[in-house]
Amino acid sequence: MSKLSSRLPPLATLGPLIALVVAAGFFSIQSDRFLSSQNFSLILQQVMVVGVLAIGQTLIILTAGIDLSCGMVMALGSIVMTKFAVDLGMHPALATLCGLLVCSLFGLANGLLVTKIRLPPFIVTLGTMNIAFAITQIYSSAQTVTDLPAFLTFFGNTLKLGETEMSYGAIFMLALYLGVWLFLRETAPGRHLYAVGNSPEAARLTGIATQRVLLTVYAIAGLFYGIAAMLIVARTGVGDPQAGQTDNLDAITAVVLGGTSLFGGRGVILGSLLGAVIVGVFRNGLTLMGVASVYQTLITGILVILAVATDQLSRKRS
Amino acid sequence: MHNTTTQNAAASKPLVFRATGLVKRYGQVTALDGADFELRDGEILAVIGDNGAGKSSLIKALSGAVVPDEGEMYLDGKLVHFKSPVDARRHGIETVYQDLAVAPAMTIAENLFMGREILRPGLLGKLFRAIDMKQMLTDAVGYMDDLKIGIRSMSQAVETLSGGQRQGVAVARSAAFARHVVILDEPTAALGVKEGNMVLEMIRRVRDKGLAVILISHNMPHVFEIADRIHIQRLGKRAAVVNPQTISMSDTVAVMTGAKRSEDLPEDAHA
Repeated sequence: MSKLSSRLPPLATLGPLIALVVAAGFFSIQSDRFLSSQNFSLILQQVMVVGVLAIGQTLIILTAGIDLSCGMVMALGSIVMTKFAVDLGMHPALATLCGLLVCSLFGLANGLLVTKIRLPPFIVTLGTMNIAFAITQIYSSAQTVTDLPAFLTFFGNTLKLGETEMSYGAIFMLALYLGVWLFLRETAPGRHLYAVGNSPEAARLTGIATQRVLLTVYAIAGLFYGIAAMLIVARTGVGDPQAGQTDNLDAITAVVLGGTSLFGGRGVILGSLLGAVIVGVFRNGLTLMGVASVYQTLITGILVILAVATDQLSRKRS
Repeated sequence: MHNTTTQNAAASKPLVFRATGLVKRYGQVTALDGADFELRDGEILAVIGDNGAGKSSLIKALSGAVVPDEGEMYLDGKLVHFKSPVDARRHGIETVYQDLAVAPAMTIAENLFMGREILRPGLLGKLFRAIDMKQMLTDAVGYMDDLKIGIRSMSQAVETLSGGQRQGVAVARSAAFARHVVILDEPTAALGVKEGNMVLEMIRRVRDKGLAVILISHNMPHVFEIADRIHIQRLGKRAAVVNPQTISMSDTVAVMTGAKRSEDLPEDAHA
């Protein structure tokens, strides 16, 4: 009996899968377009941005941190990429690199404040979220950047796989997930990340450079937000200073739905991909039903609280 | 019995770890006031003392957790200065902390090798620092068997273990990597009778592997059952080193509390 239950994945892992199936069933009854292959392509397009944000977010949450700035840092990155290319006439590859660099630097700044000044991640990233948002608005004058060179929208191009069109961006996202999954599972630095999140004291005493692990995690998370910026530019074909506002919460929701514990040290990165798909399916299905965007945000808010509560309760029982 | 012969054998053994005149002050408080310390090869030395006797400061100095203001430490006859616990570990001194320093959600094998993972041979290990989980699992079985800790799977999470088994994981980790000394801080404090005895048995096996063991404990019966010698710490100094074979428990407590002076003890009580 106890053997059987230890082999079954915990409720926290099964819950999201059940939620996904129920939601998909519900939406396919509500809208006959939901199960179409075009719609599936659309969901993947939408998931790729939140999905990549969720990778960075997962790494941070695994260390028992949180990053509220992810969506805003991504928006800043996308404005840097597009404005540098369009307004400054920079080569789009260089402009993209600049965007990635800016996002990584924001991540590094978060990491430095968390490790060197030992501020709580919640407050640090609440601050940098507002700073990134303000810089985005000031630098772009709140204007959308248009007429992008084709290079910047490369990841928006699609590949036909049977009936479904997969964008290069979505394929890239899946590759990133695979890479990070292997890193976390199979490498010493990956295991150290779990150790730091699960028991920072044990990690320190066994000689793991915990502060360096944390700093690296925040900086790398910033890099992932930069990649998400690249993907959102490719998907929308513009540099949008208003981007990232819903993606911020969506990314955190995806991680939590995917079963990663907010207390750190527990979780599997592929769960976050599942979580991102759930968030994408909800948003997509609700849109097809004609539910206004603000209600979708309302539902996402409820979803994240439900997921955290389920996680908490199922852990308490075990 | 054979205990006495072990005792005599131990007496002739060389000193593996020695400290002289250790001083540690915290502001106005003098925690260590010229403390001496001697650990012989292959013995279990219990360190006892009342609260505030400087017992934990002594252990922290020996394990590298604090740097003493004065005094010298010699490991295998060589002068050493530990800057951190990691530094002491590099010198072959392993410490089992009271809170065990294990990550509960991680597996036994991962905890045994935490921070010292075995990497895969070749490019995978060198370039990506990929871990060799198979090798770690195999070695983990060996380490746990060495101490006769009967746990079936090394890939089960530490949080699924009993208190004594968790202690076993921490002790096995120390025994596996120590080259000279294992320091155990209150290893039986949170355990019931049965599990406490299991841990004592484990500590004996660590000594029998040839390592010197420093045991900090409040539990007098445990100390008397297992220690080869007892270091009594009082008022920041070493008050006496006694032989548990020949001294009574009440005399030991009397020295610890200051009711009796070391000089008042019978001749054969000293070790």
